Amino acid sequence: MSYTKRQFLKTAAVTAAAGAFPGVIGSRVARAADPVKVGILHSLTGSIAIAEIGVTEAERLAIDEINAAGGVMGRQIEAVIEDGASDNPIFAEKAQKLLVSDKCAAVFGCYTSASRKAVLPVFERYKGLLYYPTHDEGLEFSKNIIYTGADGVQCAFPAIEWLMKNRGKKFYLIGSDFIFPRTINRISRPTITKAGGTVVGEDYEPLGSTDFASLINKIKAAKPDSILSTVVGDSNVSFYKQLNSAGLTDVAKSIVALAVGEEEARGIGPENLVGVNSCMGYFQSVDSPESKKFGEAFKAKYGPTRVVGDVMECGYISVYLWKAAVEKAGSFDVEKVVAASSNLPFDAPEGKVKIHETNHRLWKHARIGTFKPDGQIEILYESPLIEPVPFPKL
Amino acid sequence: MTADVLISQIFNGLSLFTILALMAIGLAVVFGLMGVINMAHGELMALGAFMTYVTSQFFLRFFPGLIDIYFPIGLVVAFLATALAGLVLERVMIRHLYKRPLDTMLATWGLSLILQQTFRNVFGAINVSVPTVSWLRGAWNPTPEIGIPLSRLFIIALTLAVALGVYLFFYRSRWGLRIRAVMQHRDMAGAAGINTARVDAVTFAVGCGLAGIAGSALTMIASTGPSTGQQYIIDAFIVVVFGGIESFVGTFLSAFLIGQMQSMFELVLSNSMAKALVLLLVIVALYFRPNGLFSVKVRR
Repeated sequence: MSYTKRQFLKTAAVTAAAGAFPGVIGSRVARAADPVKVGILHSLTGSIAIAEIGVTEAERLAIDEINAAGGVMGRQIEAVIEDGASDNPIFAEKAQKLLVSDKCAAVFGCYTSASRKAVLPVFERYKGLLYYPTHDEGLEFSKNIIYTGADGVQCAFPAIEWLMKNRGKKFYLIGSDFIFPRTINRISRPTITKAGGTVVGEDYEPLGSTDFASLINKIKAAKPDSILSTVVGDSNVSFYKQLNSAGLTDVAKSIVALAVGEEEARGIGPENLVGVNSCMGYFQSVDSPESKKFGEAFKAKYGPTRVVGDVMECGYISVYLWKAAVEKAGSFDVEKVVAASSNLPFDAPEGKVKIHETNHRLWKHARIGTFKPDGQIEILYESPLIEPVPFPKL
Repeated sequence: MTADVLISQIFNGLSLFTILALMAIGLAVVFGLMGVINMAHGELMALGAFMTYVTSQFFLRFFPGLIDIYFPIGLVVAFLATALAGLVLERVMIRHLYKRPLDTMLATWGLSLILQQTFRNVFGAINVSVPTVSWLRGAWNPTPEIGIPLSRLFIIALTLAVALGVYLFFYRSRWGLRIRAVMQHRDMAGAAGINTARVDAVTFAVGCGLAGIAGSALTMIASTGPSTGQQYIIDAFIVVVFGGIESFVGTFLSAFLIGQMQSMFELVLSNSMAKALVLLLVIVALYFRPNGLFSVKVRR
């Protein structure tokens, strides 16, 4: 299509221009009083904007708070906001712009693994620093990326353990058909069998699928005790609406979903989610001063009906983690900031977290809770700090 | 595999058939009959869904006691609003592009992006929740193992009603007669005194209105958000193309075949493999019958 070709030409032109003036990069020496630029790179338009706009807002909130408290090493933060438009080549192009022409000290951004993989070579080539906030399947490491969301092990293991203990040993695995669910289930299967459970079914729906009648029928026939769901996005609306209209409240109670948070609940309709369980690092209902402060500050800035969720919290703490690392390093230099990040602790809304010594991910808590009729989550279980293992042994 | 599972699955196929038919029928008018490739057809369905949402919010705010009757009203509002949008669209844009099918595709694709972003700005990027009225919640259980969701029964009934309405309009009314005359031989129909421009506008508006009804009904089973239309558009095109354009019967038979194949394959395959297999069979069928399974023989 001509569209892709145009994108290619644009990217090629930018690359050529950047290559022609290598001296420009990093040549300007900033004075101490200058604001320091950081990038925010999320989809503000297109199909994934649904998830990313909230994260952008949380990151802007953190930047405003830090600026109000005096900035980073005496310098105010200036955010350059770019729109990835739910299109991976555009993400790569904008990442380049943020690093090459804006010279951002750090970039907070991306939501899908695909968009992260599109910007990864750009960050490595121009020695930028990306903070990535989404829980993902792991299986990646870059010296230029800090991953603040949970990895596959941190998502799935606590959920499986909890289901085993509280629901039963007969598992059904369902998911949308792409890398995250398939990887999670590849990790989950041996974990379940090792713990003495059985997997009676594993099923994938195409991304964006709207008809779940057959899947619901199959689940009914297999009669599992526990269901691990990695269905994502709009499909969740269809799944829970159709489950509810089939009148299967027992099935709902046996589900732990890894990708349904408070924000998604608003679109699904909280009445369709009552009894369903969710496993994430952070829920708005976490009862701690940091969590309350985050929720209230967000509502004060963006409106009283808004809710916060896991990925938004990870975006929010990304900015603080960067600030702490910069201050520990005494420098905005990417290599020094990354080195200072090793073992860096932080009092986050989700509790005390710590960046791992070597793998650029966070030691995190996992929480499991049940949806209440108002769309908020009643927390039933809270794990101790779990070590991130982005490359699990299967 | 027990008989209960099989019976449920046959019902699911039937339900999928009516959902696909409902999605496709508006497109069968706009694309099949008029030959306009409207890439924004999905967004018109989303418009219908949003109109239903607006109606529900209106009732929640002003007549919370009458919330149970909002849904039929939402359907009518969705039909009228999208038909009106279609009328405006035809007058402003489509009519200038009748002779340029490729440009129509590009222009309507651009329009679909504009509409998506408009929804995002007006209703927010996050999906909205359209409440299901109490009399359509839950399921009918003929046996303890078989549960037939009421919302799906409603969609089956609605599709039959819409099909009947379309039949009466196109084959039993003066308007339908004029539309068919214009579509068969435009110049001759014009010479016989039919205002062909007006017929075009009305036909397009009716096709869009049908999309609105589909979007409104599908709020019961799927999401309502800015990108909702994208979930439906491809399936709708497949049904119309597979059935053979210019044939309402073909559209319905094709929806029936695809729906039943899909749900039967899903019994034995994973759901995404089932979808892939259905698409493969459609491709093979179109290879041997490029005009679709049930194309009407017309002289060109």
